[in-house]
Amino acid sequence: MSAQILFWMLTIAQVLLALAMAAAAYRIIKGPRAQDRIVSLDALYVNAMLVLVIFGIKTGTTVYYEVALIVGLLGFVGTVALAKFLMRGEVIE
Amino acid sequence: MSAAELPLWLVIIVGALAIAGALLTLIGCLGLVRLNSFYDRIHAPTLGTSLGSGLIILASIVFFTVTGQRPSVHEMLIFLFVTLTTPVTLMLLARAALYRDRVENPEALGHRPVAVAVKPAAD
Repeated sequence: MSAQILFWMLTIAQVLLALAMAAAAYRIIKGPRAQDRIVSLDALYVNAMLVLVIFGIKTGTTVYYEVALIVGLLGFVGTVALAKFLMRGEVIE
Repeated sequence: MSAAELPLWLVIIVGALAIAGALLTLIGCLGLVRLNSFYDRIHAPTLGTSLGSGLIILASIVFFTVTGQRPSVHEMLIFLFVTLTTPVTLMLLARAALYRDRVENPEALGHRPVAVAVKPAAD
């Protein structure tokens, strides 16, 4: 019974995060300039990471935690590289 | 861990924390859609990266601490990492956008066009 309640509450949280990802995707598609798209991409990967953390609570395993950590790490590197590209026109000088 | 014997208070706390965090993240991303200029929009997703992820990760910590019967704080690593990296990326991005706007359309900054100083980096 309580496991059912937890499952549905976490599903609601995941749906909310999915809506947030849809909002970020809308801004990626529409965004007038490149910097808008990169901010939205940053928000998108953070939301994906949070969805994975909630998947970890749902299944009771810690595998998803490691995936979330890697998503966070690579997302940071990607956003920094894209911001650097906007600044200079090249990533590695 | 048998899922059938979760205490009700734990379920309520974990679910409420997760939903609150997800709601905050959703509000932040709706700000991405609704706000008008880039310099407004860059503030919006920080709602999700600070308190939103904090609450969801707190839910994970509470859940695995109670069900595992030992302190489980490794999720704190994600929170620490997100908290440390978000200001860095957003500041880099804001500086890049400012640089581009100064060069390309200074009207977006609300400056007079005479105030534009295009100074390429010394490299």
